[in-house]
Amino acid sequence: MQERYSRQILFDGIGEEGQQNLQKKHVLIVGAGALGTGNAEILTRAGVGRITIVDRDYVEVSNLQRQQLYTEHDANDRIPKAVAAQKRLRDINLDVEVDGKIMDVTVEEIDRLVSNVDLIIDATDNFDIRFLINDVAQKYGVPWIYGGCVSSYGLSFTIIPGETPCLNCLLETIPLGGATCDTVGVIAPAVQMVVAYQSAEALKILVEDFEAVRQKLVSFDLWKNEQSAIDVSRLRKEDCPSCGEPPTYPYLSYENQTKTAVLCGRNTVQIRPPKKVNRDLNALVTQLENQGGAIEQNPFLVSYQSEDRRVVFFKDGRVLIHGMKDIVEAKKIYHQLLG
Amino acid sequence: MVIHVNGEQRELSNDIQTVSDLLNHFELGDKKIIVELNANIVDSSQHEEITVQDGDRVELVHFVGGG
Repeated sequence: MQERYSRQILFDGIGEEGQQNLQKKHVLIVGAGALGTGNAEILTRAGVGRITIVDRDYVEVSNLQRQQLYTEHDANDRIPKAVAAQKRLRDINLDVEVDGKIMDVTVEEIDRLVSNVDLIIDATDNFDIRFLINDVAQKYGVPWIYGGCVSSYGLSFTIIPGETPCLNCLLETIPLGGATCDTVGVIAPAVQMVVAYQSAEALKILVEDFEAVRQKLVSFDLWKNEQSAIDVSRLRKEDCPSCGEPPTYPYLSYENQTKTAVLCGRNTVQIRPPKKVNRDLNALVTQLENQGGAIEQNPFLVSYQSEDRRVVFFKDGRVLIHGMKDIVEAKKIYHQLLG
Repeated sequence: MVIHVNGEQRELSNDIQTVSDLLNHFELGDKKIIVELNANIVDSSQHEEITVQDGDRVELVHFVGGG
């Protein structure tokens, strides 16, 4: 077959037939940050038939340390990540049909994106979108590969509808808060390790070697020299609302979406979690203290000022992002600070 | 007390009695986490009841959102 793919065709797990399978497949990568660019480059070089990569953000200089498809030019010109990624991926391999979409993925978009997709790779930075991916993957029976990383730590799990537990089985509720790459940082090797786990799983699924799929939830810490793998198959729940019988796909319904609204005349965006929460304001302050902004706290809220931007966190979970009317930008800041 | 945590041998104070104590020791108490004790997953509702003992093998995987 093609010289270009000869080394992976020589590999037992793929072979001629596997390569032909790869070239017929369509992968959706949600997010074109660190995990998204890493996975996209590997799958593009491997010669997957079609790759759709979506992202709402543009390239910034702080991305360049780990987001491997981008250059200083992209950051200086604030090129949307979907555009910069598509350009670079096409430069790498013209065989692959690459479609970069500038898009904030919510429930409406995800339904359209998933049609005719063989696999979804999670390269997002928050659990709101992951629960959306989890439900839509179950609804249409599409495998997806969760990946997450912060600091020197990362983890991954492959979710096959009808076979493995789903993210909702494992977590039961959307985690609120928690460390993010913007609060505690991340090193590129941790990203690459997760990318390696995700893209290896992707290749197995795309060449249809399902027996080789890793059954375990895997995690590592490259700085503390730890690794772990847990067989979580017994956590699959028969009554799980996302993958049990009958499924209700709760995160595809309006009530469970994170709501956003521009507050008229205030140049402010309000973001409201789907359910009332009791936010631990002291823990939030500890987390924000690393960020180097000004923090004020009273029993009801925490106000955080950094440069020309003020973000106010209420105890009931609502967040006001002042100084803007752009919902997409506001959600970006929200997830950067809260995960 | 010596416990194997994620493949590494750890010498821990005997004050650590329950899975909950162990998670707090590693500053994982407030995280979404899956705990495996001697190859059995411990339900999160039992973290305060199940005790850890010398020689136990514990695997801890917590979820993070970054990417």
